[in-house]
Amino acid sequence: MARKAVATKAKAQSNVPELTKEQELEAYRDMLLVRRFEEKAGQMYGMGLIGGFCHLYIGQEAVVTGVTMASRKGEDAQITGYRDHGHMLVMGLDPKGVMAELTGRRGGLSKGKGGSMHMFSNEHRFYGGNGIVGAQVSLGTGLAFAARYRGEDTVSITYFGDGAANQGQVYESFNMARLWRLPVVFIVENNKYAMGTSVERSAATTDLSQRGLSFDIPGEQVDGMDVRMTYDAARRAIEHARSGQGPYILEMLTYRYRGHSMSDPAKYRTKEEVSQYRQERDPIEHSKARILEKKYASEEDLKTIETEVRAIVTEAADFATNDPEPDASELWTDITIPA
Amino acid sequence: MPNILMPALSPTMEEGKLSKWLVKEGDTVNPGDVLAEIETDKATMEVESVDSGIVKQLLVAEGTDAVKVNTPIALVLAEGEDAPPQSPAETAPEPAEAPAVPAEKAAEAEPSAAAVPPAPKFAAAADPDLPEGVEMVEMTVRQALNEAMAEEMRRDKDVFVMGEEVAEYQGAYKITQGLLQEFGPQRVIDTPITEHGFAGLGVGAAFAGLKPIVEFMTWNFAMQAIDQIINSAAKQLYMSGGQVTAPLVFRGPNGAAARVAAQHSQDYSAWYSHIPGLTVIAPYSAADAKGLLKAAIRSPNPVVFLENEILYGSTGEVPKVDDYVLPIGKARVARKGNDVTLVSFSMGMRYATQATEKLVAAGVDVELIDLRTLRPMDIDTVIESVKKTGRCVTVEEGWPQGGIGAEIAAKLMEHAFDYLDAPVTRVTGKDVPMPYAANLEKLALPNVDEVIAAVNAVTYRS
Repeated sequence: MARKAVATKAKAQSNVPELTKEQELEAYRDMLLVRRFEEKAGQMYGMGLIGGFCHLYIGQEAVVTGVTMASRKGEDAQITGYRDHGHMLVMGLDPKGVMAELTGRRGGLSKGKGGSMHMFSNEHRFYGGNGIVGAQVSLGTGLAFAARYRGEDTVSITYFGDGAANQGQVYESFNMARLWRLPVVFIVENNKYAMGTSVERSAATTDLSQRGLSFDIPGEQVDGMDVRMTYDAARRAIEHARSGQGPYILEMLTYRYRGHSMSDPAKYRTKEEVSQYRQERDPIEHSKARILEKKYASEEDLKTIETEVRAIVTEAADFATNDPEPDASELWTDITIPA
Repeated sequence: MPNILMPALSPTMEEGKLSKWLVKEGDTVNPGDVLAEIETDKATMEVESVDSGIVKQLLVAEGTDAVKVNTPIALVLAEGEDAPPQSPAETAPEPAEAPAVPAEKAAEAEPSAAAVPPAPKFAAAADPDLPEGVEMVEMTVRQALNEAMAEEMRRDKDVFVMGEEVAEYQGAYKITQGLLQEFGPQRVIDTPITEHGFAGLGVGAAFAGLKPIVEFMTWNFAMQAIDQIINSAAKQLYMSGGQVTAPLVFRGPNGAAARVAAQHSQDYSAWYSHIPGLTVIAPYSAADAKGLLKAAIRSPNPVVFLENEILYGSTGEVPKVDDYVLPIGKARVARKGNDVTLVSFSMGMRYATQATEKLVAAGVDVELIDLRTLRPMDIDTVIESVKKTGRCVTVEEGWPQGGIGAEIAAKLMEHAFDYLDAPVTRVTGKDVPMPYAANLEKLALPNVDEVIAAVNAVTYRS
């Protein structure tokens, strides 16, 4: 059964991996930071402080949190599409810089010239923030190519959504990644809807973890609402890639609570579906319950974390509200590097 | 805690319907709890609580239409927080009236009407002086390009070449001949036929600091990859506020070959020269091909390097110096003259050069300019020439509308209008897809006679 040998389905499901106390608390804090930051961003969008497109990560926090925890921060490269705020916060980029980019101010990570979908950091090895659906998959494969070319043992973690999974260049990249055994982990953040089109209505085969099958790329589906599962799967996938065995696909089954972007008609799914995920599957609530149950922290401790996270978000929002717009002269900078 | 305000769904939204309250007065709310639903003509949105507290008062009734953005719609107080001294109902404006807040907000949202600062002026350095008595070596454009890549790959280990048939086949047009043997398969990489994918892969590798040379078998196939060239490579530096660069070269033959018909015979010069962030080079001579490809590979910016299949076999003299690098963005005055300015690049230079020979023989003192680089374009050299000659003819294989000649004509109108003694005239490829039949193909391309006719027209000779 070659098919099964290549693509085993979330076999660890019955045996849920445990996180250490430190990991649980770190994950809780990171997820909470993303949640509170995004809620604030949504509010600031409503107030007209953030313009254009704004895609919130609320609901999907466990994906990037678990994956980043399994990676080498500052060494492994990460790249994603336009729903990118959460990736940056968990990777350790300055929340003030992220929020100020959302408001288009000079202290933004891209000096206010990129916006929500275009932020980067060489220092943290975050390569965006890419607005064209699927383009980051080829780019991320290129980051892996560079690691291989230089003989480094870093991995490229390349995220894309269930929508991008139908783009042609994804498969061009799968082919090259496997052909050259590039150290790349493809993370499909399957939040069930490409804008308003469900996976069932857009994909001939809906198990996206199997999309690498014809390229001999192993893949598995992962409960993307449980940070223990995302961490454990990412750890194995990253190790696979780092050890020279080539690419690996993780399909993270997740859910976004908010609309595709801030303007979303919300007609393509039921309210019951959304509230069921929020009430029964919320990654942060589950994390909190585990922490309390295992007595990793008290209610009081968690409240302290909440207060700290809120302070960070408030500081970011204040900065992003009061920081001036870019100087007009920035219009003409950063187009090309002078020879 | 401030009042909960009517949010905007989009920057253009001014008002909406408060269709439903999902909380009632006295309820305790937590961050993320949905307070209300609002509707506009195009969307429905949930208003979530950002903080926790108690719903003290709902200020706008369920079902109210046309609630202006930023109108207070509810008062939520944190535990222990007092209500504002005035009754919130009094301070809340009638929803139907336009409150002062949106107007202020609109003023704030309006981008400051500052004057557009002047664009920086680009000035390229002159070509380097050659040592006196330098040996000139005759070689083909093909050899010149090959030498340029080999020299740069010897110089910098981060430089590699990838593309279809660049390695074992030795290049579809033999431009990469011998590179596999010298540099090995790690640096000379045959790709699958997957332009979109390998162009993006090359850009990603460049983000990580490598200096890829991405060969397209022809530029016709690069249309599959044009999104990565423009959206990922060209815009990267700007979008990242100067942080992340894409130092790579996309190269390959551009324009019409011979008898390969519409899908394989297109000139992309104008397309790529349109894009800020790209450098676009289109050399004619062997020496320029070498010196400019070396410069392109060293450039920290993404470069589109447009070669021409028909010119690959043409020969020219290349100076034999250790490191022949030419400045990007500098036109070459191929012949000095006073009667008319002829401007071209790449294959167009062949028609222009042959026409110049005939015109000079007929007594017309032609100044012939080879642009060499299309972006940044050395328009100053053209303007200075036209100030002297008062006449300009452009020659290119591409289509006329929005072409390089159109751009030059516009620039001359802006900067040398008073010096013109005749309309700027374009000789271009005809405005048709390239036909296959030999006679039609010939008609579709520009030719020497058309160049001569255009020069005669602008110099009022008949």
